[in-house]
Amino acid sequence: MSGASDKSKSFQSIILALQTFWADQGCVIIQPYDVEVGAGTFHPATTLRALWPEIWNAAYVQPSRRPTDGRYGKNPNRLQHYYQFQVLMKPSPTNIQEMYLQSLATIGIDPDYHDIRFVEDDWESPTLGAWGLGWEVWCDGMEVSQFTYFQQVGGMDCTPVPVELTYGLERLAMYVQGVENVYDLDWDGVPKDQGGKTYGDIYLENEQQHSAYNFEIADTDVLRRHFEDAEKECARILEARLPLPAYDQCLKASHLFNLLDARGVISVTERAAYIGRVRTLAKGCCEQWVEIHKASDLDGGAA
Amino acid sequence: MAELFLEILSEEIPARMQARAADDLKRLMADGLKKAGLEFENARTFVTPRRLVFVADGIPESTPDISEERKGPATDAPEQALNGFLGSTGLTIDQCEKREIKGREFYFVVIEKPGAAAGDILPGVITEALSALPWAKSMKWANHDLRWVRPLHGLVCLFDGKPLSVTFGPVSSTGATVGHRFMSPAAITVSSFDEYKAKLSAVKVMIDPSERRDLIASDAAKLAGTEGLMVKDDKGLLDEVAGLVEWPVVLMGRIDDQFMDLPPEVLTTSMRSHQKYFACLDSSGNLANRFIVVANTETKDGGAQVTAGNERVLNARLADARFFWDLDQQSSLASRAPALKDRIFHARLGTLDDKVDRMQALAAEIAGFVDGADKDKARSAARLAKADLSTGMVAEFPDLQGIMGRYYAQHDGESTEVADAIAEHYAPQGPGDTCPTKPISVCVALADKIDTLVGFFGIDEKPTGSKDPYALRRAALGVIRLILENDHRIPLSRVFSTAAKLYDGHEDDGAGLLDFFADRLKVHLKEQGVRHDLIDAVFALGGEDDLVRLLARVDALKGFLATDDGANLLAAYKRAANILRIEEKKDGTAFNAGVDAALLTQDEERALHDYLQAMGTDITSSLAAENFTAVMEKLAGARPLVDAFFDKVTVNDDDAAVRVNRLNLLALVRRSVDEIADFSRIEG
Repeated sequence: MSGASDKSKSFQSIILALQTFWADQGCVIIQPYDVEVGAGTFHPATTLRALWPEIWNAAYVQPSRRPTDGRYGKNPNRLQHYYQFQVLMKPSPTNIQEMYLQSLATIGIDPDYHDIRFVEDDWESPTLGAWGLGWEVWCDGMEVSQFTYFQQVGGMDCTPVPVELTYGLERLAMYVQGVENVYDLDWDGVPKDQGGKTYGDIYLENEQQHSAYNFEIADTDVLRRHFEDAEKECARILEARLPLPAYDQCLKASHLFNLLDARGVISVTERAAYIGRVRTLAKGCCEQWVEIHKASDLDGGAA
Repeated sequence: MAELFLEILSEEIPARMQARAADDLKRLMADGLKKAGLEFENARTFVTPRRLVFVADGIPESTPDISEERKGPATDAPEQALNGFLGSTGLTIDQCEKREIKGREFYFVVIEKPGAAAGDILPGVITEALSALPWAKSMKWANHDLRWVRPLHGLVCLFDGKPLSVTFGPVSSTGATVGHRFMSPAAITVSSFDEYKAKLSAVKVMIDPSERRDLIASDAAKLAGTEGLMVKDDKGLLDEVAGLVEWPVVLMGRIDDQFMDLPPEVLTTSMRSHQKYFACLDSSGNLANRFIVVANTETKDGGAQVTAGNERVLNARLADARFFWDLDQQSSLASRAPALKDRIFHARLGTLDDKVDRMQALAAEIAGFVDGADKDKARSAARLAKADLSTGMVAEFPDLQGIMGRYYAQHDGESTEVADAIAEHYAPQGPGDTCPTKPISVCVALADKIDTLVGFFGIDEKPTGSKDPYALRRAALGVIRLILENDHRIPLSRVFSTAAKLYDGHEDDGAGLLDFFADRLKVHLKEQGVRHDLIDAVFALGGEDDLVRLLARVDALKGFLATDDGANLLAAYKRAANILRIEEKKDGTAFNAGVDAALLTQDEERALHDYLQAMGTDITSSLAAENFTAVMEKLAGARPLVDAFFDKVTVNDDDAAVRVNRLNLLALVRRSVDEIADFSRIEG
């Protein structure tokens, strides 16, 4: 396999290449959101901006947490903390499929040698009250991205319609580098004897410790209490008509629910109720954010 | 006479929606052309992931001129009536002629409608058809209001080789389309369907789905053949894969040997459901370590990287499956049972753990009626039937429920009968599915389905019209097939009532459920060519809950009616019933009294009466012995006597007492025959 010290294929080079590519397409390159989220979609630059009435093109890396996917660093493909590269373009450009395919070419996936396919996959997020139609994009049978035309967020229509692209960065990098284990990914393209780092050098310990915390150590009483606090705080902030800080509380509640889920203390019936509670918060934030943007020309400020 | 050609280019249409869209487009275009008065022939549609294509031949240059005569008001009608008529026709009074009809004079006009050029009409026909095209799910994109399955990119419309100007949503027609997304994306112009098909083939697009299917099937067989293997037949997958590619390129990959000891179902499901690969079999029908993948593109290295990539993806998936397989076997199925407490069967019907409790009792009771079924084994199998739902493998591959249960039960040392029952208890899942035959499997399969049916009927969640969210019709059909195909004598009413008692405080709706079964049985037997009126006739007797006996009765009746005696007896029965209906209406009374033997004056009526008396006793004993052939023979014996009665005896005798007695005798005929089946429900 190739890889080890090929700078252009390193994990960080892939991120840089994607950022440069999407910046060239007119996207604002923003930075990760600083609250724990389950996916790049939860970043207000996607959730809330998808409801914005005007043009919005943005791209960013988002560290994402899925506590139940933790495997103590022992599974070569599953992580409780991983990276997504997210693009949101609103309205969806006519040539977005071509743009997306070019972006793959810039990170070394050449359609002259690979089989790239758009396979039906409709997206839905019950916690965000959101859905859209699109595909998962396959490269030689592997899902490398999610491609979605958002139709609704927070139960409201997105007008104009945005398109969301989500790249699973570890998986993509493993493919490009020809690596079988995520922890073997070359992070920086620097040879090992000169201090080069692998994904494992940076994140293995993180996976081990967080898996233990998520599955064994987290205090479920504390988590439940924090969930309720976040829920109450979100409602209180919404009363003050500040949907952005309120949305932070919604994200916290969502992550606390995921932690409780990983601890295995949520029964099937409770689960639906928790998801419903988070959705109520998300809807409240989205609705108020839309209301404010209808009422005034207030622009920027968000995200 | 000219050709109409239409191509709609879009982003990738989901494979499962393509065939339906092509059919709908053909139907809507054909309807539209007919409505517009345009003849056509040979209408066809084709579909690829990115294109919908319609073509029809023999369309005339214009619609024919039509002259239509219309009758107006009478000449002496009020002026408003005349004005209204002229207004509606757009003509003036001097264009009207007067004609007399039956002594009254009316205005008449002839309206001349000139034909229109097809080229002027067609754009409207096309946009109307496209607007009406239904999609299972549709979406908006960018700033457009149009909803379509995915964003639209182009329209090509040609009539008689010339471009037609059509606008649909954000796209307007051009004379050009594009080739394969990767191999030949440049624009190409076309002027006819034949040219289109040829040019598209040159730019690596095969527009006909059946050609793509055939090519995939034959290339796959050839490739597998090079290794002495066969491709595992899978029509559903073939259809789906043909809908994922515009230019099928069939490749063969290798499954790493370290995974070949996983259960074959795990391998095929991993390959099929996630990766859309075909499995290969060796000459003895065992799964081989090769798979077939269909790519959408010819690559510069002849598919080497594509194959290698697909192998890696499959190996990663199988590594996951192996992980679950090893982990799952560390806990016994029995130890997993408590996890069912966390799974809701239905909000009002409790958890799956509750269901499994009920299934155990029910399976044991049913075992009492199934030859060769051991009650304890039935109970054990029911207890473990759903335990595999909490295994990692079934969570990952829900299709493997039951099948994994069998493997894990075998690993735990459960008996073969119990393990098989776990695997088979979901079956049969429809008319085409294999029906279990092993006694314990049958008991658990019946217990599961009857528990579901009784549960949902008890909370009044019955299927209505096309809605059957809990698949209760399928469950009932499963019960019917399990009973009939295995010839088991099961008193359903009793089992339903046990099932209802197992639900705490549950309404027993056994009667409603039995009616539902009668309907499902009719549908099932009708598909096998059994007349539904015969089923009705036997069902109408009521009280029958033994499906095997019911079917034996229907069969005997069918055989009888096919004979001369049967046909004639049916005719005589109908005649007797008719006379009775008329006379009962006349007299305002029902003739149900016994026959007075003293009032029987003619030999024919005496003979008939004697026969019926004797037949009554014989039939009762034959019915009890379930000798339905003997019953039918008895009925056949009545036929010449009934015929002679109608020949020689006048029912409506002048003597009122004799008349009433003869009517009572006819009523006895009706009653005697109805013991066997309600003949009034039989057609013919």
